[in-house]
Amino acid sequence: MGKTIAEKIIGEHAGKEVSAGDIVIVSVDVTAVQDGTGPLAVQQLEKIGLVQAKNPKRTVLFIDHAAPSPNKDLSNAHNILRKFSKETGVVLSEVGEGVCHQRLVETYVNPGDILIGADSHTCTSGALGAFSTGMGSTDVAIGIALGKTWLRVPETFKINVTGKFNKGVYAKDLILYVIGEIGADGATYKALEFTGETIRNMTMSERFTLSNMAVEAGAKTGLIESDETTKAYLEEKGRGDKFRPISADGDAVYERVIEVDASELEPMISAPHTVDNTSTAKELAGTKVDQVFIGTCTNGRLDDLGIAAEILKGKHRHPDTRLIVTPASQDVYLQALKAGYIETFVKAGAAVMAPGCGACVGVHQGILADGEVCLATQNRNFKGRMGNTEGYIYLSSPATAAASAIAGKIVDPREVL
Amino acid sequence: MEAKLNGKAWKFGDDISTDLIAPGRLFHLRTNLPELAKHVLEDADPEFPKKVQKGDFVVAGSNFGLGSSREHAPTIIKLAGVNAVLAKSFARIFYRNGINVGLPLLICDTDRIDEGDELEVDMSAGIVKDLTKGIEITFSPLPDVMIKILNDGGLAAHIAKYGDFNLD
Repeated sequence: MGKTIAEKIIGEHAGKEVSAGDIVIVSVDVTAVQDGTGPLAVQQLEKIGLVQAKNPKRTVLFIDHAAPSPNKDLSNAHNILRKFSKETGVVLSEVGEGVCHQRLVETYVNPGDILIGADSHTCTSGALGAFSTGMGSTDVAIGIALGKTWLRVPETFKINVTGKFNKGVYAKDLILYVIGEIGADGATYKALEFTGETIRNMTMSERFTLSNMAVEAGAKTGLIESDETTKAYLEEKGRGDKFRPISADGDAVYERVIEVDASELEPMISAPHTVDNTSTAKELAGTKVDQVFIGTCTNGRLDDLGIAAEILKGKHRHPDTRLIVTPASQDVYLQALKAGYIETFVKAGAAVMAPGCGACVGVHQGILADGEVCLATQNRNFKGRMGNTEGYIYLSSPATAAASAIAGKIVDPREVL
Repeated sequence: MEAKLNGKAWKFGDDISTDLIAPGRLFHLRTNLPELAKHVLEDADPEFPKKVQKGDFVVAGSNFGLGSSREHAPTIIKLAGVNAVLAKSFARIFYRNGINVGLPLLICDTDRIDEGDELEVDMSAGIVKDLTKGIEITFSPLPDVMIKILNDGGLAAHIAKYGDFNLD
């Protein structure tokens, strides 16, 4: 019987053939924690006397959620990670280097790998054809120390996407639409596999946007087969030798197949307070916006910033609307500087922040006031997400966000493109 | 783990996210879990941290614990003295985390349970008795691997005991 991508990768790491529903112990290739989850992971290992790393070069501690530190408690938490890195030789990604998921795809994860990370959006690396999934501090701590974990082999939903996007419609609009269809818990415990001609024609950055949000439908990971685009991306990052083709068998068994015609999609928005609360930008046009946030592991890459810069060039944010831009990594930041995007943002009245998670986590750098509305390119709009339960978060593509920053209210970006 | 758990039900709705259980605005308290536990679920019900008593149950709708991977969320529910969380369904990462920190998570039909009902949960029989209403509700058994981890007191304790996974 044919295998899905999830069954193939998990089987290789379990040392036997597996099928959906099996529970197996697997070796893990890459482990990651961030500054919100890492200190607890380290404390758990200290508690059981297991301060060690099986694979230090591929274990990464990211200081990205509260970076630079906004208060002394978090500064002390950061030092727990720095100390563990010194003791065990694992990699530390310091303040300003960027969001863990972006750094992981740029530098650490390869097709066919298993990655477990103590952050729910670890599913992002699935776009490289790697089985990558979020877990809690203790699961990942044990993964760091022993180089293994237990997994239930997930059933897979195949998302088959055909057709070309219309102008003003992007990968973000596609994934918001898909989550609206599946529901916020419609794929709980499942893997998503994105496939079809539209996916094959996408850049890696666009694919990362899709995989990043798989967890917003409850899924364990969002997989995409590795192909020539993946290969070119790895070559660009200096690890072309790590490429290998990973794809599902033609007769793989899927629990559900969802067909999407990309040419029928419009710019989409998730309205408060759940990601599956989707509408078109047109339907929500006119909603007053106090803050626009462009960045994150979902949409803080070079092409995202380029789309926003093109719309903002020579324009200015609305006087009643703040604009915050946070590149996803230093690499992205440098390229955006060279391309002139950063200058465009500053001239448009934006606050450009250091690479990191920034405003998305609700720790700092853009906490909403009572009753305020934020339109953000991030992946989550839960009540309280941006530091205030009285705030209202809408999610969109960078194009919709940039166009809305100028208008001071939600607009359909096709009006300005 | 005790076979029978007794306590009062505190009712919550669907889609209770980890942001509502352990908010991002309290990120700096994550290395001080007893302090963070004083705010458990307060963004879903501001009075909950004051009302909850040792041995009580959190009873919710579907997709409990969606969102972030923060293990602090189930940890502070346990630290607040909660015996178990009953919900129609749990988000995946929260489900693993709850078991890993030794907090029983029971999947059952919670519609018939109301706030304040006295519950008795029989872990081995897989039955929730609503003593206030005089009804019995069955819950789905946990996978065997999770029962083993839970019985060892969580994942860290399991690994400390065997030096490795011992789930067969």
